[in-house]
Amino acid sequence: MARYLLGRVGQALAVLALTFTAAFLLLQVLPGDAIMIKFMSPDMGLTADQIAEIRASYGADRPLWERYFTTVGNFLTGNFGISIQAGVPVSQQLATNLPPTLLLASLAFVAALILTIILATVSNMVGMEWLRAGLQALPSLFISVPVFWLGIMLIQVFSFQLGLVSVISPGPVERLVLPVLTLAIPISAPLAQILMRNIDQVLAQPFVAVARAKGASRNWVLWRHVARNAIMPTLTIAGVLFGELLAGAVVTEAVFGLSGLGGLTYQAVGNHDTAVLQAIVVVSALAFVTINLIVDLLYPVLDPRLGTKVGAAT
Amino acid sequence: MTAETASGSMADAPARWTTRFKRVPVTLALAWAVVFIVLTWAALPSLFTGYSGTEGVPGEQLRPPSAEHVLGTDGLGRDVYARIVYGARHSLSGAFVAVTVGLILGTLLGLIAGARGGWIDAVIMRLVDSMLAVPSLLLSLSIIVLLGFGTINVAVAVGAVAIARFARLARSEVMRVRRSEYVEAAYGSGGTFWAVLYRHVLPNSLTSVIALAALQFGSAILAISTLGFLGYGAPPPTPEWGLLIAEGRNYLSRAWWLTAAPGLVVVLVVLSADRISKALGRTAP
Amino acid sequence: MTVTPLLQVEDLAIAYKTGDREQRVVHGVSFSVAPGEVVALVGESGSGKTTTAQATLGLLAGNGRVESGTIRLNGTDITHWSQKRLDSIRGAVVSLIPQDPGSSLNPVRTIGSQLAEVLQIHKRGDRKAIHARVIELLERVGLTPAEMRARQYPHELSGGMKQRVLIAIAVALNPALIVADEPTSALDVTVQRRILDLIDELRRESGTAVLLVTHDLGVAADRADRLVVLQNGRIQEQGPVKDMLAAPRSAYTRRLLADAPSLGKPRPARPGIESQDFAIEVTGLTHDFPVSGGEATSFRAVDDLSFKVRRGTTHAIVGESGSGKTTAIRSVVGFIKPTAGRILVDGVDLTTLKGEKLRQFRKHIQLVYQNPFGSLDPRQTIARIVEEPLLNFEPIPAADRARKVRDMLARVGLSENFLDRHPRALSGGQRQRVAIARALVLDPRVLVLDEAVSALDVTVQAQILSLLDELQKTLGLTYLFVSHDLAVVRQISDTVSVMHKGRQVDGGPIETVFGRPDSAYTRELIDAIPGRGLPVLAVPPELPPRLSP
Repeated sequence: MARYLLGRVGQALAVLALTFTAAFLLLQVLPGDAIMIKFMSPDMGLTADQIAEIRASYGADRPLWERYFTTVGNFLTGNFGISIQAGVPVSQQLATNLPPTLLLASLAFVAALILTIILATVSNMVGMEWLRAGLQALPSLFISVPVFWLGIMLIQVFSFQLGLVSVISPGPVERLVLPVLTLAIPISAPLAQILMRNIDQVLAQPFVAVARAKGASRNWVLWRHVARNAIMPTLTIAGVLFGELLAGAVVTEAVFGLSGLGGLTYQAVGNHDTAVLQAIVVVSALAFVTINLIVDLLYPVLDPRLGTKVGAAT
Repeated sequence: MTAETASGSMADAPARWTTRFKRVPVTLALAWAVVFIVLTWAALPSLFTGYSGTEGVPGEQLRPPSAEHVLGTDGLGRDVYARIVYGARHSLSGAFVAVTVGLILGTLLGLIAGARGGWIDAVIMRLVDSMLAVPSLLLSLSIIVLLGFGTINVAVAVGAVAIARFARLARSEVMRVRRSEYVEAAYGSGGTFWAVLYRHVLPNSLTSVIALAALQFGSAILAISTLGFLGYGAPPPTPEWGLLIAEGRNYLSRAWWLTAAPGLVVVLVVLSADRISKALGRTAP
Repeated sequence: MTVTPLLQVEDLAIAYKTGDREQRVVHGVSFSVAPGEVVALVGESGSGKTTTAQATLGLLAGNGRVESGTIRLNGTDITHWSQKRLDSIRGAVVSLIPQDPGSSLNPVRTIGSQLAEVLQIHKRGDRKAIHARVIELLERVGLTPAEMRARQYPHELSGGMKQRVLIAIAVALNPALIVADEPTSALDVTVQRRILDLIDELRRESGTAVLLVTHDLGVAADRADRLVVLQNGRIQEQGPVKDMLAAPRSAYTRRLLADAPSLGKPRPARPGIESQDFAIEVTGLTHDFPVSGGEATSFRAVDDLSFKVRRGTTHAIVGESGSGKTTAIRSVVGFIKPTAGRILVDGVDLTTLKGEKLRQFRKHIQLVYQNPFGSLDPRQTIARIVEEPLLNFEPIPAADRARKVRDMLARVGLSENFLDRHPRALSGGQRQRVAIARALVLDPRVLVLDEAVSALDVTVQAQILSLLDELQKTLGLTYLFVSHDLAVVRQISDTVSVMHKGRQVDGGPIETVFGRPDSAYTRELIDAIPGRGLPVLAVPPELPPRLSP
């Protein structure tokens, strides 16, 4: 058991280190010099000496390996560098932009969960085969809708056609309704797909037949036998979905004109502000790895087979 | 093989073909039809519309859908249907490049990892894990920052994201097939590593990989249109689908068709790819 | 008998819907079960026995439907009862002992809670009363200490113990009828006997009737009062066990009886097997597996196994699951390197061969697997499968290869029509013939058969066994036959090694080992074989004197 835990933590750290290194190479080394791009433009009117001075102040004149280890040290102490474009520390930018995005993402995740459970439950309750087939096809449709277009369509329908949600001066809750929905629908699709497939698989297991033979009703079996067995594999993709949530938030914020991590990313890409982009990449990888680690560590708690067997089976 | 066996299979073929055809579900047939139409749009756009994809007609601005302009016109008087038809080439070729990049590099990595095992497998899989640890859009954006904006760069950026997915699937398929008894039996009858890989492991792993390719084709169209919408793809007036939706946003209150029509086309194509992928995955024995 | 039958099935027809077609699998089946009686539904795969049993519980698979006929329980027609109404009698009046104990318990709930569930559903008492009854039931089925067992999860129990839990669930409410669907086919023969004894004992105590579904005529003959023989969804014959075994009326029952392997039917002694030339000599074979966690650093799967096989004869390795027999033969065919010991095949020590030399040697020794589904590549045609081994060695012209493939298929009894087919279009027996053809196409001298007939129905099993016998005679092959089934082993082998927990506990000529076993384990194994009630069609020969090997 201890070996399993250590192995998982070690693997997570390895992934993080690799991601960090890749991001460093991809964003700090390969694109050339972001400082040069900004300050060499003629309208800045700087001399070569001044540019060199600025570069030295950013540490850009040092050899590669030194810069790498300095950056590692800085990241470990929470110093993500300075945004070339805005001229403020990246950590400060993250501090202002992360909370609204986290709020949007978590609200959307909860909404997606509710949507998923409704879909899975209803499609397992209804007797009519065509309705069941329709409900089970819904996730495929959800997954095929571009997030940005969905957002636009929701604005189109709810704001312009029905006039239900104001676009001009919405209240704090009102302004979040459509973005949360926009983000929740595509996220619920893979969740629902996997949950529905798992429910079908578990329902085909012999122990379900045994439970029915005890005289248990379909609902009894669904809640007391199927639910827990079907939810466990679904958990695994919750971690993967976090990445989709973040990416979706970037697009959703762009569509609805909300400020947050999305807007920050959008500007950083447009301005080649690689320090900001690297920080965002590393922070989201950290969140991803952490969530997946928690899911992995939670698994033996939920599944008694893993609690005792992990060591012996391998 | 022998002449006799060959002729035997020929005689069976037509009968088998018709029964197979009859059994194709309606939704699957529709999905193939959508893909076929969109592909011919991309190949021969001028066959489907008399209007230009980039030049507008003065005085015909913002016309709602009518017999003359099936899907209406935009703010510059350009026929929306024509723009969608001409845009198919940009969106599809981008998706094609992306899937090819992901399929070839990813499958190769997965195949090596799964077939060789050991430290090679560990290194490749940690690399794949770290690619999957970054949200796909952020990874694409990082690559775009590196390569610059444009249709091909966007396609490559989307394809790079797919590499990890193909690698992971190919590896798990190879591992599954490698554990099967028929592979052991092939070694047992004197097969060499490469012979077994070519005769058994590759053909049996490939079905799922091809199914994923179909699925990724849909995802790539989504991702490319998203990047186009954010303005990182082809510059205007290129009729790329994501860009069409972005341009239509400015007329949201007056001309719903500008955003609705290209969006629906994207949904249909992606949905079709998803349906075809499921059918391909199911044929796996 | 004028007693109202407990269960009366009349003219039952059941169909499954696949795609948009309905396929009828049970055609007008009628039989009855009297209170306290044991009735066995006997048949091979596809006979409709399990479907019929499921229908009596109202638990057909989602696409199954009772087309016509009636199922009466205590005189009440329950055929068209709603699921809700059936829920009230399932578990209480009719209960189930399922086929596969391994997957029949919910992996994430404790034994105790799954046993308590049947009492909760039917509202038999408060929590305390239910807990007391759970403990009582666990003790009754021999799972002690019961308090500890109740808190365990299914994966912490062996297959036999899980089946005991399922039996406890089935008898918890003293039902009038228990449907036992192949209750022991997934278990080892010694465990099987104990489980069947337990079911017998419990049903006698409470006067419960049992509908026993089984493919094993021996089990049915030992345990049932009456037999119902099914073939392709139709009843071939039914009646009291004694009458039917003494004088089977239908041709199908006669064939089943003839094909059923039984201890009463040893293989006829064969002349000319006293060759002093050994094809296989295994000395001191030992295999350790590393184990992570726990106190021991390794697990000894095979411990000092030695045997010799004369050319042209059959040696059997017998053992239950976990006896080490599979590990032993995987060493013999060179898939794994043993920790210690020598394996001489045709005088060459396999354990010293590596790489290309080992590959070249493989043409002399070939393996046939238990499961013909898994051992044939689903994407290859039969022609490609049988041809493949030829491609691995010296090139042979394509025409010669094709001729060899056709000859080999003819030899295993498959026509040329099979050449272009894929494995999925073949039946289990046909697939196993293909696997044998593939193994023989290289002209090996030794054929290792790993439970090669265990997955097959008895009539198919008998056909494959006689094919193997014929091939041995014409090609002079040496067989190493691995099996858990002593009856089959007795029928086809000359010598035998009995393995238990990695060690060889008995060995020597088959008649000696079976007639006068050295070890208590072998005796237990022989006693556990079902089918003592089967008629003995051949007179057992005199026991030969024990030979020193």
